[in-house]
Amino acid sequence: MKRWIFILPVLAFAGLAVFLGMGLTRDPKVLPSQLIDRPLPEFALPGIEASADGGPGFASAAFKGEPRLLNIWASWCAACPQEHPVLEQISAQGYKVYGIAWKDKPADSREWLARYGNPYAAVAADERGRTAIDLGVTGVPETFIVDAHGRVRMKQIGPISTQDWEQRIKPLMDRLRAEA
Amino acid sequence: MKWWMAIAALLVAAPVGAVLPDEMLSDPMLEARARSISQELRCVVCQNQSIDDSDAPLARDLRVVVREQLRLGRSDAEIMDYVVARYGNFVRLKPPVQMDTLLLWGGPFLVLLLGAGGLALWSRSSRAGGIESSPLTAAELAEIARLSKDGSPPR
Repeated sequence: MKRWIFILPVLAFAGLAVFLGMGLTRDPKVLPSQLIDRPLPEFALPGIEASADGGPGFASAAFKGEPRLLNIWASWCAACPQEHPVLEQISAQGYKVYGIAWKDKPADSREWLARYGNPYAAVAADERGRTAIDLGVTGVPETFIVDAHGRVRMKQIGPISTQDWEQRIKPLMDRLRAEA
Repeated sequence: MKWWMAIAALLVAAPVGAVLPDEMLSDPMLEARARSISQELRCVVCQNQSIDDSDAPLARDLRVVVREQLRLGRSDAEIMDYVVARYGNFVRLKPPVQMDTLLLWGGPFLVLLLGAGGLALWSRSSRAGGIESSPLTAAELAEIARLSKDGSPPR
């Protein structure tokens, strides 16, 4: 038999190793969002105030007119304090961040915001977690970038770092502002 | 207790997964359908478990959603679509056959075909002797003739 045939298994193995090795570098926790370029699913959530009805929260209809960030967080979320200063920075730069407290008691949400400060333009409570399911949320924190027409344009899974904000999200927000 | 009673009890006991009594539907037919749908849905938090097996709060929420949809009279396929519309095909523990999953479903057959081809090639070449032989040279023929002269047959 010809000599090259013995090289074949080695080549096949090398190919497989490269293919599987590439698979290892991907984070299986990050699922592609089904909402990209689709309108935000409809929701109307109460706020987190101490009153029985929770006070005013916000609805999906609020996402019109200018691009906004929709941040899913919770007082029990371990990575949220890490993301918090970046959210403060974002809102200080004049971008509106809306917050949904996911599967969180309003009293706990209030306490958390009192402790860390409130970067949100509006806060709503999704105690039963049903809006989060409509949004395809898999954990906290997650952030949706919603354009001026209420369409989801990007989803960030996990905390936003300063680098994420400056290199990916802020340029997109500015582009969406120019589009609007 | 007799040993056969213990075995009978083990045989009768059904696996219950992570489903809690307060989630269950009172209609046993609907509950059975809920269980079978849940076993096909991947938990997005602990990704190698179905929502039927997972204790994650999000898996519980999804089990409740499945049961709510069943009570609304939705079909199994409609409920599957409802969840897939939110989380994508990733949540199906059994991915559908479509263009981008063709390699996934066809891969094993492709490998089988490649293996069969390789085997056929190998067996044909080994039957043909494997080692390629060249015809004897004139010098070799002469040597055979010389050795054969003493009467013993060439081997």
